[in-house]
Amino acid sequence: MTAPTTTTAQQLLQLDGVTVRFGKPGARPALHAVDLAVAAREIVCVLGPSGSGKSTLLRVVAGLQQADAGQVLLEGRDQSAVPTHRRGVGLMFQDHQLFPQRDVAGNVAFGLRMLGTSRGDQERTVTELLDLVGLPGAQRRAVASLSGGEQQRVALARALAPRPRLLMLDEPLGQLDRGLRERLVVELGRVFRELGTTVLAVTHDQGEAFALADRVVVMQDGRIAQTGTPLEVWQRPATEFVARFLGFDNVVEATVQGEAALTPWGKVPVPGGTVDGPCRLLVRPAGVRLTSAREGLPCTVAARTFRGTHVALLLRPKSGPQIEAACALQNAPETGETVGIAFAAQDVVVLDTAAG
Amino acid sequence: MRLGLMAVPLAFFALLFAYPVTAIVGRGLKEGGHWQLGRFTAVLADPDVLHVLWFTVWQAAASTALTLLIALPGAYVFARFDFPGKRLLRAVVTVPFVLPTVVVGSAFLALVGRGGPLDALWGVRLDTSVWAILMAHVFFNYAVVVRTVGGLWGQLDPRQEEAARVLGAGRFAAWRKVTLPALGPAVAAAALMVFLFTFTSFGIVQILGGPTFSTLEVEIYRQTADYLDLPTAAVLTLLQFLAVLVLLALHAWTVRRREAALRLVDASSTARRPCGPGQWALLWGTLAVIAVLLVAPLLVLAERSFAGPDGYGALFYTSLSSAASADSTFAVAPLDALWNSLSYAAAATAIALVVGGLAAAALTLPYSRHRSGESLRAGRLVRGFDALLMLPLGVSAVTVGFGFLITLDKPPLDLRSSWWLVPLAQALVGVPFVVRTMLPVLRAVDGRLREAAAVLGASPWRVWREVDLPMVRRALLIAAGFAFAVSLGEFGATVFIARPDRPTLPVAVARLLGRAGELNYGQAMAMSTILMVVCAGALLALERIRTDQSGEF
Repeated sequence: MTAPTTTTAQQLLQLDGVTVRFGKPGARPALHAVDLAVAAREIVCVLGPSGSGKSTLLRVVAGLQQADAGQVLLEGRDQSAVPTHRRGVGLMFQDHQLFPQRDVAGNVAFGLRMLGTSRGDQERTVTELLDLVGLPGAQRRAVASLSGGEQQRVALARALAPRPRLLMLDEPLGQLDRGLRERLVVELGRVFRELGTTVLAVTHDQGEAFALADRVVVMQDGRIAQTGTPLEVWQRPATEFVARFLGFDNVVEATVQGEAALTPWGKVPVPGGTVDGPCRLLVRPAGVRLTSAREGLPCTVAARTFRGTHVALLLRPKSGPQIEAACALQNAPETGETVGIAFAAQDVVVLDTAAG
Repeated sequence: MRLGLMAVPLAFFALLFAYPVTAIVGRGLKEGGHWQLGRFTAVLADPDVLHVLWFTVWQAAASTALTLLIALPGAYVFARFDFPGKRLLRAVVTVPFVLPTVVVGSAFLALVGRGGPLDALWGVRLDTSVWAILMAHVFFNYAVVVRTVGGLWGQLDPRQEEAARVLGAGRFAAWRKVTLPALGPAVAAAALMVFLFTFTSFGIVQILGGPTFSTLEVEIYRQTADYLDLPTAAVLTLLQFLAVLVLLALHAWTVRRREAALRLVDASSTARRPCGPGQWALLWGTLAVIAVLLVAPLLVLAERSFAGPDGYGALFYTSLSSAASADSTFAVAPLDALWNSLSYAAAATAIALVVGGLAAAALTLPYSRHRSGESLRAGRLVRGFDALLMLPLGVSAVTVGFGFLITLDKPPLDLRSSWWLVPLAQALVGVPFVVRTMLPVLRAVDGRLREAAAVLGASPWRVWREVDLPMVRRALLIAAGFAFAVSLGEFGATVFIARPDRPTLPVAVARLLGRAGELNYGQAMAMSTILMVVCAGALLALERIRTDQSGEF
């Protein structure tokens, strides 16, 4: 945990040491003493691989899962005795869970009906929300006739309708195809900022999280591994786990001495102010520069993959682990060629080994 | 919450099932406050009892084998073929199952007995042979196999077999390696159900068995009602109880295995028009079996009810409405029995729906809010409760009926002269059907739909009303139909507790059959026909709203 979760102002949502265990008492907990705070109007994305406990986190906040220890506070009030339907939070399920026997309007208006809103208000809100999510006039359509993307929009409208103080999204775009996902993630961000909604979303897709979130929380095995803005997390992954989860594989054993570190790849420059001593080092692919074979560290090109905007290279040095590099299409070497590489200090990150 | 829902069904079973059954067993086996367990050995050493026991087991085994042999091709036809009139035929096939055993007995009596078509054409009478009993059992249970096995078969993804074919398996090998293992537990469950029903067969054997053949249940009735030998009846009851416990445990085990991860698809997408001479022959063969075995007895029954002494006419029907003709068999006009039956069955259905509905709801309550240790224990508790609900299907109805008579006759529960005594006993048999019909549907409701409703602000009661009820409404209607039909046809318990001046239709039919004379016989056929029409009508109405998935029956 790098960013301390100090709570000077009152937070909308606050989790204090929440622990959840499934199965036998000795088993690894699904959530382990999780502390998390979400301020009003903030969009927080919880990012992690499947099984890291992120869905459980949402279920605890919604009251669908009881915490074995710790507290959930909404607007400063402990929620342990409050049943799900009185918490005033919204949850958009991974596979939407639209009510199959109701039409689109019936689904969107459900939460309003539970609040006892008048019929006229219900209709007005439904119309507004369907416009907002880009499905104007879909009120009478059957849920079964909707495409995946349309279902997702209806689910969003349904979750927004009762004006929840906190909206939670469980893998909101998980089942959609790539193009749709990229379009919807932008729309979601627009809708939330327009409405000033407080959002807690979980996803395993970093692109989704970075595009949507004000703040990203990376989870590992039921614990929080790192929190920070998307840029901070991307530029300074705190641990080897976070680095590898973000897709960075150039991680190596190193000993820092002054302005450089000794690694199996030779000397690698490190950012100024790095403490001397042994550590793990990450070099982001952008920080691997190709030079001629005589200069720098000589490597054989083991594989090259065309990635649209660039070419990803897998390089095999004489010693040490393989290295990933990115380069432009024009000057990309062929497989089997020998090249030399140098490292750029601004793309080198010293990782926190303790939690790695 | 779960315990709250369970309370009503538990109290119902404790008071109306466990208490009467233990009381009557106690009365039979206790003398001067001491258990007389020596009676077990005495009764079990009796060659007559051993004979009954042996007959009960082998006829049940033979009936089960015969039913599987005849009904499994039918299950395939219903699962995989698409042909005009399939829905109607599926309903027709189910009619026998909801028919009162007394009607089935009289239908086969009409078909293979004195003056039946076989007798008239070739002089063959089977009504005193074991074949009549076996055929009646196949008739009765054909639907159990077609429904349980065919229902699953239709939902098995044919592409699994295709995958095996592509990997090099022949047509038969693919079926044997892929479909058969998936189907196995369903076949086993259906076979156990048929075995259970035929093991405890009462009405059919009572009517078709004559003095020669008797099952445990018939023997319990004879010992209780004819010889007043309670000790022997008690031992036999316990014996049957133990056998049924074993069968139910096996059934629960196979059902659990059946629920294990199978990939199911919509049944309507797997059926095709038959192609090739082999498939057409199978379809026509199945239709012929249904015509001869299932439809013919019912038609003959109707025919005999109109065949008066002076040619065809409605004589037997008209005579039903006058008490005078009933030469003291009844204190009232036999037709009144129809009204009695309908009102008793309606009351029993209402009770069964409430008790069974609560039980099914308790069984499907999610565990998610509980902690780990609790949910393990809760799981075991629920399974025990589940099994308990099935018991009335197998425990001697005769014992239950007689137990009612001797236990519910003193304050605080003096129901002896109450009108409710009969519906309560009938509801006991209806509850398992309600639970079995509701459970699969309730379990199929995605728990996260309920969660979605709760997050949107619905209280638990609102969740049930908004999410569960719309989905189970059809199942509820079907459960009601089954409970109604089963209550209407209940015979073993009702025969004891129905007051002489308020007989139900099955009781009236049995009384009429028990007396000599053309008129009595004809009247029995006429009343059976009425009962058949009522049951079939109820079922055909239900079939219109039925989905393939709902229920295990």
